Amino acid sequence: MKNYLLTTAALGAALFTSQAAMARDTIEIVGSSTVYPFATVVAERYGRGSGGATPKIEATGSGGGLKLFCSGVGASFPDITNSSRRIKASEFALCQSNGVSDIIEVQIGFDGIVIANAKGKPALDISRRDLFLALAKQVPSDSGALIDNPYTRWSQINPALPDAAIEVLGPPPTSGTRDAFAELALEGGCKSFPAIAAMKKSDKQAYKTVCHTVREDGVYIEAGENDNLIVQKLEANPSALGIFGFSFLDQNADKVQGSSIEGVEPTFDSIADKSYPVSRPLYFYVKKAHVGVVPGIEGFLAEFTSEKAWGDEGYLAEKGMIPLPRADRFALAAAVASLTAMTGEEPLK
Amino acid sequence: MTEPTSQAARPTPTDHSATIKASLKRRYRAETRFRWYGRIAIAFGLAAVLVLFVDIISKGHGAFKTTHIAVPVEYDLAQLGVRDLNDNQQLALADWDALFKSGLRELLPDVSGRSARRELYRMVSNGAGYDLKDRLQANPRLANQREQVWLSADDDIDTYFKGLLDGDPYTARVTEQQIEWIDELRSAGQIRTQWNRNFWTRGDSREPEQAGIWGAVMGSLFTLAITFALSFPIGVSAAIYLEEFAPRNRFTDFIEININNLAAVPSIIFGLLGLAIFINFFGVPRSIPILGGLVLTLMTLPTIIITSRAAIKAVPPSIREAALGMGASKHQVVLHHVLPLAMPGMLTGAIIGMAQALGETAPLLMIGMVAFIVDIPQAFTDPATVLPVQIFLWADSPERAFVEKTSAAIMVLLGFLIIMNTTAVWIRKRLERRW
Repeated sequence: MKNYLLTTAALGAALFTSQAAMARDTIEIVGSSTVYPFATVVAERYGRGSGGATPKIEATGSGGGLKLFCSGVGASFPDITNSSRRIKASEFALCQSNGVSDIIEVQIGFDGIVIANAKGKPALDISRRDLFLALAKQVPSDSGALIDNPYTRWSQINPALPDAAIEVLGPPPTSGTRDAFAELALEGGCKSFPAIAAMKKSDKQAYKTVCHTVREDGVYIEAGENDNLIVQKLEANPSALGIFGFSFLDQNADKVQGSSIEGVEPTFDSIADKSYPVSRPLYFYVKKAHVGVVPGIEGFLAEFTSEKAWGDEGYLAEKGMIPLPRADRFALAAAVASLTAMTGEEPLK
Repeated sequence: MTEPTSQAARPTPTDHSATIKASLKRRYRAETRFRWYGRIAIAFGLAAVLVLFVDIISKGHGAFKTTHIAVPVEYDLAQLGVRDLNDNQQLALADWDALFKSGLRELLPDVSGRSARRELYRMVSNGAGYDLKDRLQANPRLANQREQVWLSADDDIDTYFKGLLDGDPYTARVTEQQIEWIDELRSAGQIRTQWNRNFWTRGDSREPEQAGIWGAVMGSLFTLAITFALSFPIGVSAAIYLEEFAPRNRFTDFIEININNLAAVPSIIFGLLGLAIFINFFGVPRSIPILGGLVLTLMTLPTIIITSRAAIKAVPPSIREAALGMGASKHQVVLHHVLPLAMPGMLTGAIIGMAQALGETAPLLMIGMVAFIVDIPQAFTDPATVLPVQIFLWADSPERAFVEKTSAAIMVLLGFLIIMNTTAVWIRKRLERRW
């Protein structure tokens, strides 16, 4: 027993003294689960090409990633965070207050959010207004007053839509996809009511609450962060609609079909030229203080911003990411190469 | 299967009264019914296991084979721009993809046009260029030589081709031209499925055809080694003290209640505890097996303490008394007699605890072991992930070919669990003593 105890104590002591002082030689990346499938491809190719350590990537969600990223400078904090939305002013301030003063912002491309149903059923053509009326918690009544959402069938909202129960599977509130869906699709439809649009000027908070709050009476079903699961559930329940990222539609074209939004089908081209309305920019943020300290960050940035990665025919496009316009790519790649940090003057929300 | 009527019709002595006959019939029927309830319960359990296994094996068996295409490759160093094979700088800059691209053009010479060629290049794996680089580095004699290499096909081609062999091809991700090329290659014998070596030798990858389970297996082994090295000695010491030395009072009762409670605490709580103590307070780096082992130690300790105490309790008091009677000290009684006799039970408990730890993901989520890690961990301090996490990550990936990888990884995990549990049963059968 004595031996056991001694070994245990020695192990414990060795652990805590040696670990704290250890520097890191692997790049640590956290953040959005939407950017994760793209960042991982770049990390892997960078690792194999350079022969160095492959960056380690955790999918923590955009908000969780920025929180970790902004916690401080040093080996125990991540070097890069991925985000499926732009950094918020509050997060930028948190970074500054923790000494993360120089942040390099890199927009990498776009992701479309699709509203899909199972193959075999007719493909729908929905407007953002229809989506708002179907999924918002409160909607304007005929008299214009806000009432709890009374709609249960698509045909009640728009006679052109099928006479089927509204049933939508989508991501939970912790997901960046959900935030983006609320902002792009629901708010887009919400604004089309003049009374609500006027509210934006008078009471911004109330406007946001009306436009972004999703109904909680079981019509919108939170199906978890796993988009594959939503695809499977759509297959099992053909009358339901599902909300997920474009890359999953791209990979499961035999099982599900994307609904057109205001007449525009979700395709690679329609998202790239921005005619498809529900698409969002994808970003990652780099801690400038770590460049040169943790080996390989510069090489990773160069790989990510190379044409063979994020170009029109790059390997990220093949994985379903929609590239930025050519001129923007070159300007950004140059800015990243010279490690241009954010000034704090950007119009953040 | 016995029919209820045949049992009821058994001859009974004639001198018994009719009421007894009637009640006997009823009692036999009740017994038969009772047996059937048991059989149905077992059949239900077996059916559930069978459905699980059939589902996983039918989905996952494909992952053990992978499609390869025979491509002629000429390692022309001048064209690659490499003069010295030991210069990593030159190797990193070389266009390795050019090797298989020219080979593919040679294989299907009448492909022309930019987009058609791009489709052609997509037939083989994204990592094929790097595979060739590794091959050349391992065999420098190949420089400036020609050879035929079986390169792994792209995951979409792989999914299609395996489907084709099973008579149900998945065509949504391949173009008609690619289907033609595959037919052409097939009749020339230049495409085939072979044993998937990548699956057993590599770490995670975003290309399904390059993804392997070995990184996760090593991560699990390192993590479990730490867990066992810490939780077994601590758990056994605690159990021996509580069982043999501690006085029975309110304080030890309080400890006992707490240990039983800890055994039932959801495992995510231990992850949060690990995050607060080991990462935030002691500054242990995220994602490494030492950290995972520490957190899983917290989780398995109660199980090991409880089973170890039960094993010690099972040692008959007469053995202790005999040893004391021969003049042994309490310390000698425990070390020389009780511990060796209780060891099989303790080991069984430890193995079951380890099997439980092997299947955990929730506590690891909080400490950064749910991550994309390509490099295979070589030490206790390398970032690592574990088997169930690998299953979770693959199940979450958009690529179709990861579906079979997920099921295959489940099979590997189940294999490990079956081995561990069988060992536990075997140790118990082999070493257990009855008094």
